[in-house]
Amino acid sequence: MKGNVELIIDGKRLDGRKPLEMREVEMKVNVVRNADGSAYVRFGKTIAIAAVYGPTILLPKHLQEDKLLVKVRYSMLPFSVDERKSPGHDRRSIELSKVIKNALAPAIMLDEYPRAVLKVYVEIIQADGSTRVTGTNAASLALAMAGVPMKDLVTACSVGKINDTIVLDLNGIEDNNSQADMAFAMMPSKNRVTLWQMDGQLTKEEIKKMIKIASDACKKLYDMQKKAIRGAFK
Amino acid sequence: MIRKIVLPGEYLEEQRGRKLGTGVYKEGTKVFSAVLGTPKISDTEISVIPLAGKYIPKVNNMVIGVIKDVEITGWVVDINAPYMAYLPLSEGVKEFVDIKKVDLSQFYDIGDWIYCQIFKVPRNKIVQLSMKAENARKLEGGVIVKITPYKIPRLIGKGGSMIKIISEKTKTTIIPGQNGLVWVKGKDVEKAIKAIELIEKESYIYGLTEKVTRLLEK
Repeated sequence: MKGNVELIIDGKRLDGRKPLEMREVEMKVNVVRNADGSAYVRFGKTIAIAAVYGPTILLPKHLQEDKLLVKVRYSMLPFSVDERKSPGHDRRSIELSKVIKNALAPAIMLDEYPRAVLKVYVEIIQADGSTRVTGTNAASLALAMAGVPMKDLVTACSVGKINDTIVLDLNGIEDNNSQADMAFAMMPSKNRVTLWQMDGQLTKEEIKKMIKIASDACKKLYDMQKKAIRGAFK
Repeated sequence: MIRKIVLPGEYLEEQRGRKLGTGVYKEGTKVFSAVLGTPKISDTEISVIPLAGKYIPKVNNMVIGVIKDVEITGWVVDINAPYMAYLPLSEGVKEFVDIKKVDLSQFYDIGDWIYCQIFKVPRNKIVQLSMKAENARKLEGGVIVKITPYKIPRLIGKGGSMIKIISEKTKTTIIPGQNGLVWVKGKDVEKAIKAIELIEKESYIYGLTEKVTRLLEK
């Protein structure tokens, strides 16, 4: 069925956006009082909350390494999707935890805290596509607020192909019916990619074009992230 | 008015032979901020003072810790860092102690708060403490307040000015540990804590001393 659903009518997507238009983005920091750092990020109807605890002592001792261990737990709340999702860790959330961890790890200065652990919790409270990138953005903001030494903030966005058109920031319906979709994260001021995941079929030219679109969008999101952090100190 | 705030990855300046302090890293000759904080750029050093973050133990820091365990030849101390610290018997007690006869809990027991100095931090961060510093002691009574470690210098103020104001106006004794724990004991502890919390919350603004003075005079 993929690619057969009419998702673009008269050059506009079902929610009225142009192909390269993002949904409304909202970012807030320090939303969880008990965490060392936290953030709330909303991409349209997708909402993620991230909280960071640590670095703290890593136990049991045999897990300790010469560098900081980063643990990420991504999870979706039961009411985040249309049909109730059974709570707890499943195959998908284990995979996405790893994906988010790998997207963040290149930016964190792991050597600063040997033998310690940093715990990052990403909760999706409402899901409408692109949850992993929304979670990554929230986690990166939360890390900065927790005072974790980082080379740069990590910014993420999604790009996809629907009805033979390349679109930015896929929502739920588009995600489910896309011909291809790509999750992309980068350190914008360093111009380095930390996550590039793709699913579907694309030509070489299309991939190049999508990376360009994604990196431009990430730079815009980067400005929003900076604004959100600075906004907390006014 | 607020101080300038930099974010991780933000370009600060060219190094030009200057020393790199905390919270920064370099790529080639360019210096970037590694943390969220306020930059401190002088002719000799570039650093960023973090606005948040956990305490990283450093040699000679005076810290406040709580005894977590009493072992045969020393004490395990929690110093509000990602690592437990160890206070060996030789550094903890001045006189000779025969460990076969004496129980070490008579000096420091589990739950006791101590003000001590960090004297050794090896690469693997097995921190060792010492009670041999002049003002190191066991903290009897009082209240412990936890703030961001990097805000302790703001609490102390230039030449100890800020802490002196709070101490005098509230008639309390305040001992700030560089690990972010502050010990308060005296008459108006509640007001002193309020002042400390104000410093923690608004450390990035100019004219903080006046604001604290106003709070204390209320």
